[in-house]
Amino acid sequence: MNQNMERIYNGIVKENPIFIMMLGICPTLAVTTSATNGFGMGISTLVVLVMSNLVISAVRKLIPDQVRLPAYIVIVASLVTVVQLLIQAYVPFLDAALGIYIPLIVVNCIILGRAEAYASKNPPLLSVFDGIGMGLGFTFALTLIGLVRELFGAGTAFGVQVMPEFYQPISILVNAPGAFLVLAIIVAVMNGASISTAANRKVEGCDGCCANCAQASENCGKKEGKA
Amino acid sequence: MTSLIMIVIGAALINNVVLSQFLGLCSFLGVSKQIKTSASLGAAVIFVITIASAVANLLYDFVLDPLGLSYLQTIVFILVIAALVQVVEMFLKKTSPGLYNALGIYLPLITTNCAVLGVALTNVTNGYNFIESVLAGLGTAVGYTIAIVLLAGIRERIEESEVPAPFRGAPIVLLSAALMAIAFYGFSGLA
Repeated sequence: MNQNMERIYNGIVKENPIFIMMLGICPTLAVTTSATNGFGMGISTLVVLVMSNLVISAVRKLIPDQVRLPAYIVIVASLVTVVQLLIQAYVPFLDAALGIYIPLIVVNCIILGRAEAYASKNPPLLSVFDGIGMGLGFTFALTLIGLVRELFGAGTAFGVQVMPEFYQPISILVNAPGAFLVLAIIVAVMNGASISTAANRKVEGCDGCCANCAQASENCGKKEGKA
Repeated sequence: MTSLIMIVIGAALINNVVLSQFLGLCSFLGVSKQIKTSASLGAAVIFVITIASAVANLLYDFVLDPLGLSYLQTIVFILVIAALVQVVEMFLKKTSPGLYNALGIYLPLITTNCAVLGVALTNVTNGYNFIESVLAGLGTAVGYTIAIVLLAGIRERIEESEVPAPFRGAPIVLLSAALMAIAFYGFSGLA
């Protein structure tokens, strides 16, 4: 059991996908206009991640190495479709708020990244816990960013008014530019506190690519070789 | 005619794919160090997104929708985009090696650029017909190119300036993007 708990700790703290690894930035910035939306997106991604880790880990010995990435993409896309249909049926307000970003979970590099880096090499149970850990880390990060933006941008938290009456909301924070601002400040604070992240270890090259991580690093190796 | 022009302008400037919809952010932040490389990536993106929106639209209108399979759109689109990128890559390699070498390494990365899938899905949501889809795709991709080339220009200048230590690296790039997003916010007055 210890090993399973280690995976969860790893996902939330040590390798937090947003704050440490800087993966999956697109949905992070797009849907965090409120804490509720961030939380909803986080949980949807968590579900897909756990299931995809489970399925991919279960069939990892059956998939030939050359076609593994297309196979993973099909598995992930099917799971995302299932989750999307469930959200449409049972939580329609979330569907309205997240819209196109639900199907876009397919191209969230956290999912393919974990499939490639972890689930394809480890047994199903551990992979499930890895998915839970990473998913919780992602949910935590999204909820936090959403909370910051909602609190200062609209004066509310999870839709409840918390700031005093005289507080003038900084509405730019809930608009598009605010997403960049808040993430910039969070990473700057982490830099200031010298917490090592992918962002401050190495900025350039492929660290940020949403592309499937294996291919990205391969290509970037090529690019650097040329230059 | 005006509505078609509005689709292009709307997709390129008002709803800029990167700065207001947050699609394709990863390559936007990752490959924007030099104007030259980001312009090549932009060209590759224009190429792929325009073709992908055309193919996705035809598939949806003539295969998925008549058969009542529209819930399969995510799976079908992502596979089509992945296959398309491969075909485009092989085609370019044979027919125009110059362009292939210029775009080469960026082409495969586009498969998982969420902007491509995003445009295809948005076109379906908006109920665009073939011509509107192609134009929306083109406009989106042009908007992406404008944004990434501008950011690359800013980053080339940042390289030479003194940035406070905690803001070095990703934060200053994100801050530049935030300022660009504020500037692009002004375009919403056009709509």
